[in-house]
Parts: sequence; C-alpha cells; structure tokens
Amino acid sequence: MNNSLQKKHGFSYARYGYYFSIPFILAFLIFNLYPTLYTVVLGFTDSKGLGNITFHILKDDPWKNFRAILKAPTFILSLKNTFVLWILNFIPQITLALILTAWFTSRRNKIKGQGFFKVVFYMPNIITAASVAVLFNALFGYPKGPVNDLLVNMGLRDSTTYFMNSASTTRGIVAFIQFWMWYGYTMIILVSGVLGINPEIYEAAEIDGANDRQIFFQITIPNLRTILTYTLITSLIGGLSMYDIPKMLNNGNPNNSTLTATMFIYNQSFQGSYMYARGAAASMILFLIIAALSAVVFFLMRDRK
Amino acid sequence: MSSLERRDGNPAVRALIYIVCIFLAVLSIFPFVVMFINSTRSTFEIQQQAVSLIPSTHLMENFKVFNGKSFNPTTGFINSLIVAVGATVLTVYFSTLTAYALVAYRWKMRNAMFTFILCVMMIPGIVTSIGMYQFMYRIHLTNNLLSLILPAVYAPQAVFFFRQFMLASLPLELLDSARIDGSKEFYTFNHIAMPIMKPAMATQGIFAFVYTWNSLFMPSILLTRDNMKTMPVMVSMLKGDIYKREYGAIYLGLSLTVLPLFIVYFALSKYIIAGVALGGVKG
Repeated sequence: MNNSLQKKHGFSYARYGYYFSIPFILAFLIFNLYPTLYTVVLGFTDSKGLGNITFHILKDDPWKNFRAILKAPTFILSLKNTFVLWILNFIPQITLALILTAWFTSRRNKIKGQGFFKVVFYMPNIITAASVAVLFNALFGYPKGPVNDLLVNMGLRDSTTYFMNSASTTRGIVAFIQFWMWYGYTMIILVSGVLGINPEIYEAAEIDGANDRQIFFQITIPNLRTILTYTLITSLIGGLSMYDIPKMLNNGNPNNSTLTATMFIYNQSFQGSYMYARGAAASMILFLIIAALSAVVFFLMRDRK
Repeated sequence: MSSLERRDGNPAVRALIYIVCIFLAVLSIFPFVVMFINSTRSTFEIQQQAVSLIPSTHLMENFKVFNGKSFNPTTGFINSLIVAVGATVLTVYFSTLTAYALVAYRWKMRNAMFTFILCVMMIPGIVTSIGMYQFMYRIHLTNNLLSLILPAVYAPQAVFFFRQFMLASLPLELLDSARIDGSKEFYTFNHIAMPIMKPAMATQGIFAFVYTWNSLFMPSILLTRDNMKTMPVMVSMLKGDIYKREYGAIYLGLSLTVLPLFIVYFALSKYIIAGVALGGVKG
C-alpha cells in the first residue's frame, strides 16, 4: 500500500479516519444503541398505555414480564408458527436455488437466456411485500377468485376452496409467498459464488472424468460453504422476524395459525392496552433465540479442516 | 479452457431445464399480470371470470371507486417518496464517507471498526423497535417523516458494500497526488473519491430506495395519522371493509402501489442483478 504521504512533516492523516466515522458512530449511538438499551430497560418496567411515557422499574420482581411472556400460550404458539413458516419456505427455497445454480453454471448445458431468467426470478423480491400479500389474498379469494377459478376450470378440484379459513392452506400460502419472493435472490448469490470458484478446479475434475453430479457435490458445494452460511444466517434473521406477509395476508388468522413472533410483539405493544414492557420483554427473548440459532449455524457450518 | 473435446449435455436434460425455467418465469409474472388486467375490468366481470388475459375498459370507473374512499393515493405516494429519497441520500452519502474512512486512512481503530460493523450488521431490527418508538415519542418525532429518514445515516450493510467496492477500485495514489496539489481531505472525498464511487452509489441507492419504500413495520408504528402514512401502511386499507367486494378498485389500488417499483426495476434491472450478485461475494 502506498502511504508515502500518510506522515508528512510530522502531520498524520490518520485522524481523518476518526473524523469521517463520526456521523456513522453518532447515528449508531442515537438510533441503534440507545433504542436497544431503552428496549432492554423497558422489559423490566411497568410501561404501558398509549401516549404514556412514564414508567417504573419493577424492583420487587424484575423478571415479571419475561415470565409472563414465556408463560403466554399465544407467544409460544407464535414462536412455533414462525419456525414452521420459516422452515416451510427455506427448505424449498434453498433446494430450488441450488438446482438452478447447478443448471445455470453447468459447463455442459450452456443455458441461454440466463440474464432474462435472473431478472424475472428476482422481480417479486423488490415488489412491496404488503402489496404482494394483499394481492395473494385477492388471488386466493373465496368463493370467487383467480386460483379457485383456475383449479375448478382445469378440473383439479370439484368445488371452490375457502383457503383463508384453513390453518394449513393459509400457512402454505404464506410460506409459498416467502419462497417465491426469495429463491431468485438466493440463486443469484449462489451463482455469483460459483463463478468466483477457480475454473482450474473444474477443468481438472473434467479431465479426471468427473460427471456433473460429482462436480456439484464434491467441488461446488464445499467451495460455497461461506456463501451458504451467509445465506442461511440472513434467511434465519429475516425469517424469524417475519411480519409483512402474514400480517397483510390474513392478519395471523385463522385461529392465530399464521401469527408470527414479530406480530405478537406488535399486538402486545401497539394495540389493545399498549403493553410496551411486555412487548420489549418478548423482543429480547426473540433476539436471544435468533442469536443462539445463528451461533449454532456458525458452529455447524464452520470450516473443520 | 480445456483442450479436451467438450461433451455436450443431454438434449432431454436441456429441454427439462428450459421447461422448468419457463414455468418459474410464468409463476413470477402471472400474479402481476392478473393484477394489472383486473384493474381494467369491472367488479362484475371479475366475479364472472376472475382470470382473463384481455384488458377491459373499466379503468376509469375503478379509479373513481378507488379514489372516492378514504384511501388517498397521492398522500401515500408523496410521503413514501419523501421518506425513500431522504433515507437513500443519507444512507448513500454517509455510508460512502464511513467506508472511505476505513479504506483511505490508517488509524488505530480501523480494524476494530470494521469488525464492529460486521457484528452490528447481524442484529435484527426488532431489537430496537419499541425503544425507538418511545424515544421518537419523547422527542416529538412520531407522525413526522424525519423519524424514518434520520436513522438512515446508520446503514452498516451499505458501509460493508462500499468498503468492498473501494478496496477494489479506489487508487490510493490518486489521493496522494490530490494532497500534493493542496486538496483538503474533505474536498478530496467529495470531488475525487465520490465520482469514482458512482456505480456503487447507484447500486446501493436503488437498494436503499426500494428497501425504504417497501418497509412496513417501523412506519406502521411511527406514523399513525392518516395524512402521514406511507404507501405500504395504506395498502392494508385495500383489504378492509371500505372496499368490500369492489374487486376492480382493489386490483387498481394494488397496481398503483407497485407501479413505481416495476418502472424502477425494468429500467435498472441490469444494475440491480449485478448489485445482488456483488453483495453475496464475501471474504
């Protein structure tokens, strides 16, 4: 690195590194660290009521809110729902993304139109999730709706289905929308990861007579470890904070079967009796779960060599 | 390239790949096609036959129904635009500046700062939301668009992206020669480093804009007055009682909320896809 002028006449430019970081650090302190600590503190208070910002620390029983949350059947159900919805979308998503990656990077089957396919597959990802969920609510309408029309006209079903009235179909639709919005993104990341692998490794494998399947499992997948970890972690953090789709599709219904943890937190803190303290305790619990699971993922995906 | 005779793939496999890809492409586009076409059809036509590929002539009628209720698309559009533009400008400018601090200068805390950014990138937003609400309430910024714009100065993902880009494309010699010419450090950043960063700033700008435009959770907490709501918060009205059974108006309303994104996307898809691909390549 050329740093001949870093020190000139005893004058160091290093301090500009600090100066130029000040706005970022300040914004972090004000808009991230302070609200985070504020949330932590609220979890140990009696804060509630719209527009009421006075609260007292619970000195006699500091863990009261945390215990109440962990005992609340709705919170446990919302955690379970969140996991189910995340797994139902992540497994098909990563599977399809890996298959598409194998196809798009195959050196034998040169697939044409990849640029077009990438643009189209990624498109749902940038469209407002709130609008997408309301759109799917209309598409799966009952008794008349595009999906019901298609299913009946194609002879796949005899009568129309009330999708939003059944826990399993509503969960299926939430998971499908998440899958449909995200597999294109995951695929583009994985393809760019594969393109970053040294082509000589592939050439050597071809000379050794490896087939496509062997190449994929023994070269591509091991070399994608870092990117797969990244994908898993970002999907985990996003998936366990899921809010927009289940909220706007059917508001957690039927019977709270699509109520997610973040929706539970919203309902505690910003509806009914505005129990900020309970919501804050629930956010801390959710954060600890996400952090613990991320640590497990890092541990499982670590480089064992 | 290997000098070996390349074996061509199995034609059946290639055909299968194209069939699957075309099916997925249709699956991506079809819901939006139904949305746009139904926004031109009357509620009666939609109830007779919910899917049609032929647009009808009832766009204006639908617009009258849609516009006649409490949903005010112009207000939502303007609020969303103010928030998205404001947040994008702050994110892009200050994240570039922070990345510049990390790349152009050697300072003691430089590596610590980078590690710190990698760590805070992983913290989910839900951790701050309730404290953020009470904080904004105390300083009287609820129902004020600034509550969504100012925090955009802090964008660790964008800093990470700009740092990677700068390491590859900002020649430090250039900064040295600027110093010899007597350029002050802040001037060098604004007039020499920033122009080089334009492609990266455009990419991050698009992402910041789309992210802010689409966000629902924080705006629905911080903006409760109707005339302050952003587009995604207003979308829930399309589902409520006010448009019950007015399907044409609902599809039209949805089309209007996402139309700006379609325009942005198809105009800039090349850069967006390249940006997504770059974001995934790490260490």
